[in-house]
Amino acid sequence: MHKKTKALLLSILCMGAGQLYNRQYLKGLLFLAIYAAGWYSLLNSLLGYMQGLITLGVQPSGMVKVGRLTKMVEGDHSIFMMIDGLIALLAVLLLVLLYVLNLRDAYLVGQSRDQGEPPHTFLQSLRELNRKHFAYLVLAIPAVAVLFLTILPIIFSILLAFTNYADPILPPANLVDWVGFDNFFKMVNLKVWSSTFGGVLTWTLIWAVIATFTTYVGGVLVAVLIQQPGIRFKKLWRTVLIVPFAIPSMISLLVMRNMFNNQFGPVNGYLRALGLDGIPWLTDPFWAKVTVIIANMWLGIPVTMILAIGVLTTIPKDMYEAAEVDGAGAVQKFRMITLPMVLFATAPVLIMQFAGNINNFNVIYLLTGGEPVNANYQYAGHTDLLVTWLYKLALNQSQYSFASVIGIVIFLLVASFSIWSYRRTRSYKEEDMIA
Amino acid sequence: MRRGTATTFKLSISYLILIILSLVSLFPALWIVMSSFKVGNSLFSDTFIPREFTFEHYINLFQNTRYPTWFMNTLKVATLSTIFGTFLLLLSSYAISRYRFAGRRSTLTTLLVLQMFPGFMAMIAIYVLLNTLGLLNSHWALVLVYSSGAMVTNVFVAKGFFDTIPKSLEDAARMDGASHLRLFFSIMIPLSRPMLTYAGLMIFNGCFVDFIFADLILRTEDQRTLAVGLYQMVSQRNSTEFTLFAAGAVLVAMPVTLLFLFLQRFLVEGLTAGATKG
Repeated sequence: MHKKTKALLLSILCMGAGQLYNRQYLKGLLFLAIYAAGWYSLLNSLLGYMQGLITLGVQPSGMVKVGRLTKMVEGDHSIFMMIDGLIALLAVLLLVLLYVLNLRDAYLVGQSRDQGEPPHTFLQSLRELNRKHFAYLVLAIPAVAVLFLTILPIIFSILLAFTNYADPILPPANLVDWVGFDNFFKMVNLKVWSSTFGGVLTWTLIWAVIATFTTYVGGVLVAVLIQQPGIRFKKLWRTVLIVPFAIPSMISLLVMRNMFNNQFGPVNGYLRALGLDGIPWLTDPFWAKVTVIIANMWLGIPVTMILAIGVLTTIPKDMYEAAEVDGAGAVQKFRMITLPMVLFATAPVLIMQFAGNINNFNVIYLLTGGEPVNANYQYAGHTDLLVTWLYKLALNQSQYSFASVIGIVIFLLVASFSIWSYRRTRSYKEEDMIA
Repeated sequence: MRRGTATTFKLSISYLILIILSLVSLFPALWIVMSSFKVGNSLFSDTFIPREFTFEHYINLFQNTRYPTWFMNTLKVATLSTIFGTFLLLLSSYAISRYRFAGRRSTLTTLLVLQMFPGFMAMIAIYVLLNTLGLLNSHWALVLVYSSGAMVTNVFVAKGFFDTIPKSLEDAARMDGASHLRLFFSIMIPLSRPMLTYAGLMIFNGCFVDFIFADLILRTEDQRTLAVGLYQMVSQRNSTEFTLFAAGAVLVAMPVTLLFLFLQRFLVEGLTAGATKG
């Protein structure tokens, strides 16, 4: 029998045995230790945790008679069990991965021994690892961080959408159960939810379109204005107009909330000074929507402006000169040269901004808080977007499962839109990442 | 000659529009600075420039609130997150941009998909996770979450930047016998300074103004960050102590705004690079 087959078989039976057979003792012992630790934790706790993920707890908390006394007994906490179960699942996957690596290693080293090469010493192996698989070494730390702080929480939240974890069913007092697609059906079919969902979704889409469009067009126009030949102090204008981008948006939005105050705010103050009536900026459903769009323009135009200026400086001057010779006016030059050039170069940004606006939490939450209240809505107001509604559902109303459903809807929205548009933009086709 | 007057007319209109736009873009900042120096505590004011100037609100902020503590907390969290965040970002984007390894495509796809989930969705899970680890009310928890989140959001910009650094540079260094690590530290890091500045600034700013996650994690007043403190101040006693809020807002916004304006060049470069490279 070949050494590679023998080593492989030994490693299948017991992690590390193949390495020991290959006379790589330190490596073999390391694998063996992992193997032992893996089995120990699997039998001791991991299996139990994973079972918990399936049952989400069986023992509700409540009063239990112990002898003559009635005692409060703490039951299973479904949510903790869910997270423990997920971590256990990840740990098992990691063990399986190590197991596969162990097989591969045993086989490869066996193979090279078959060809008469002596096995590497431990130090040599490490050096080899550094030389050949440097990328994995470098990626290991970020991968662990992302796995636990981003991927695990997102999987957990997706799972929540399939449970009944919503007020009044809250652990530790109650047990949470799997309910399948119930929440999704409720969202679409149950009147209280479906009318809110439909309304908020519609406004989210309208908002995303208008917000993206206004900041984009505004930014390009301002850029063209500054870059006009003959305008002096270009750098000064640019710096002044970039200020809204430099101020943290959280601050400027809170400031604007006060500026647009109906009674005492300066905006209405100036309108009144001009002899006009004050406008109910934040309290009227229609005007509140106008206000958030204006505020968003103030915040977003500088970004597009910076980008557009960058593009404008790359447009060759002779194109304009040629157009002038042909008798083109300013409007024509803008429409036929500037706009196509800018649009072409910034198309990916437009897409990113649209996706960003669907998720634009700060503008809505800080400016209006989703208000004015809409009596027909379930926990949402007139200006609430899906994200702010999600936030309210989860943090103020403890409707976690419904919040997760909304999160999934947002994801599907952004994802489908991004996939559709990435496939259309040239710059992404050239990237090697698109499948 | 007629052409000349037409140009002058066009230019004057342009200047007029630019002046109006500048006023609009500066107004909120000027207004809040003016308000912070105003006597009294009301939102309403009949003049733009207050009749009397006072430092009372700033003094009040330092004496009667936890402002100095919050400021130090914020500085600590933001600085640490920026350091760890850029480090993680550097490692991951460099590896993804420069090495072709099995699973590279799926790593990229995963990162792209992760960005499409709304950030708050994972909040409850992170809360429970930190709770089980006993990390609630700790600044380290925030640093952990911020830096890993920053990596996910900025990785494509950073990767795009590394993609533009010519490969021949590395080949030359490798020819001279430089190891992977050596190459990374003495060639790639110095070259990526503009990108690092941009990413660092973005992360710093993000930590400085986050009031949602920080509010969830930090339970006591002593541990709070500026943004949380300020947001509480506004949401709880908005109308009654407006000028105090104004002073607070100015103090929070000042460092970040100055940093941004000062490092404008890097921001412009970073934004442009991020836009064209995706």
